[in-house]
Amino acid sequence: MWKRNTRWLGTRRRCIDESTEEVSMTMLEVKDIYKSYGDVPILKGVSFTMKKDETKVIIGPSGTGKSTLLRCINQLSPPDKGEVWLNEVEITNPKSNINQMREKIGFVFQDFNLFNHLNAVRNVSLGLEKVKKIEKEAAHKRAMQELRRVGLEAQASQYPAQLSGGQKQRVGIARALAMDPDLILFDEPTSALDPELIGDVLDVMKSLCGKVAMLIVTHEMGFARNVADEIIFMEGGVIVEQGSPKEMFTNAKMARTKEFLGRIGALYGEEERR
Amino acid sequence: MALETLIESLPSLFDGLGVTLLLTAFSIVLGTILGILLASGRSYASRPIAYLILIYEKVLRGIPLLVLFFLIYFGLPEIGINLNAFTSAVIGLGLRSSAYQAQIYRGAINSIPEGQIHAAYSLGMNKLKAIRHVIIPQMLRLSIPGWSNEFTILLKDTSLAFGIGVIELMRQGRYIQVRDPSLVLVVYLLIALIFFILVFSANKTLRYVEKKYQMAGYQTEVHR
Repeated sequence: MWKRNTRWLGTRRRCIDESTEEVSMTMLEVKDIYKSYGDVPILKGVSFTMKKDETKVIIGPSGTGKSTLLRCINQLSPPDKGEVWLNEVEITNPKSNINQMREKIGFVFQDFNLFNHLNAVRNVSLGLEKVKKIEKEAAHKRAMQELRRVGLEAQASQYPAQLSGGQKQRVGIARALAMDPDLILFDEPTSALDPELIGDVLDVMKSLCGKVAMLIVTHEMGFARNVADEIIFMEGGVIVEQGSPKEMFTNAKMARTKEFLGRIGALYGEEERR
Repeated sequence: MALETLIESLPSLFDGLGVTLLLTAFSIVLGTILGILLASGRSYASRPIAYLILIYEKVLRGIPLLVLFFLIYFGLPEIGINLNAFTSAVIGLGLRSSAYQAQIYRGAINSIPEGQIHAAYSLGMNKLKAIRHVIIPQMLRLSIPGWSNEFTILLKDTSLAFGIGVIELMRQGRYIQVRDPSLVLVVYLLIALIFFILVFSANKTLRYVEKKYQMAGYQTEVHR
């Protein structure tokens, strides 16, 4: 019953979009998200939208709720209030099949979270086999393709503990990609890496631009500046300002944005801009 | 004369050994399957179920095995459940082992980083799939040392089935002792030796299994 309802809602929306002749294709819609841990409010009303294949980067000081926001989107920690819509289906609706929705939302973790007992290629193929029900051989083939895409074909049979941090993270990205997601959430994907390895991971992410929607929490300002379609600056559980990288870096409206970008730019900006 | 009796009795000791091994095999399988289910339930099921499991574990770990045997073999017929001695012993050993094994597995589950299940969820696995394909395989690998311990304890405790008349190794030894009391020391030394060899080789094998299935990066390195 409910499913029929949303589908109906979905078509109606699309009609409105078409009638206004605007190719908006809103894929992700985050509406007024609130989240507290205990008495501590983390997110205090966050809203934004993403289009298909768009790249958005979330920046902001630590403890601002950036990671929490990502976890609210794929319901790893469900929000207290607010809605998340993906492809015109409400994820936050308790009746929607969250597992099916998560198939469409890849997640790349700060600390990789590769399955320790499986080698690289099995890490990538597990979801294909057990969730997408693809038979073993085909899943393996697909997994190898994804590993090739992130430049790790030669490491296919190595276990996570035998890989470097940068390699682990690229396996993590391959694992997310294999599921054919509409959106990949990156939670500080390079924070646990040493500077030399960061580049490899960022290169892979850059190569995905425009092929899949990416929502990236990062402190890599150079990357944000070069790759993002839009930058979201968050602080204190709210979005302070958002705009194109050019606007944000050269012409930020809010004093706080300027200050943050100025300080972090002085720290990382110059060396990151290649 | 005594030596002759001993040689004549050897085949019966082997029969007993067979029963002992069967007892061990059935009850370790029962204990392991139940133990895995209990540990998973304790960690991931809803609160009331987890609480029931906790009570089960506490009760079974708090009753002496022989008492448990007597309850099952002599007690249950009172409420219309008649089990033969062997089945009673398997159930008693298996249930008790499951309670101990659940603890071993729970410890292993607790040592698996939370990110593992988050990663499984984020691929679209439901809880059951995540537990089956991500948690349990890691849990089992981490549990092998504890499980080896439990296995050898269970193997030795099969001798208590003697108490409800299962004709296992111990009971066969007792028969020989009755036939020729002068053999008592030799017979029980022989039985002790058999148990020792069994436990010793089980430990060796399990150590090999542990090494073979060790997760890369999780080796326990020894620094002397």
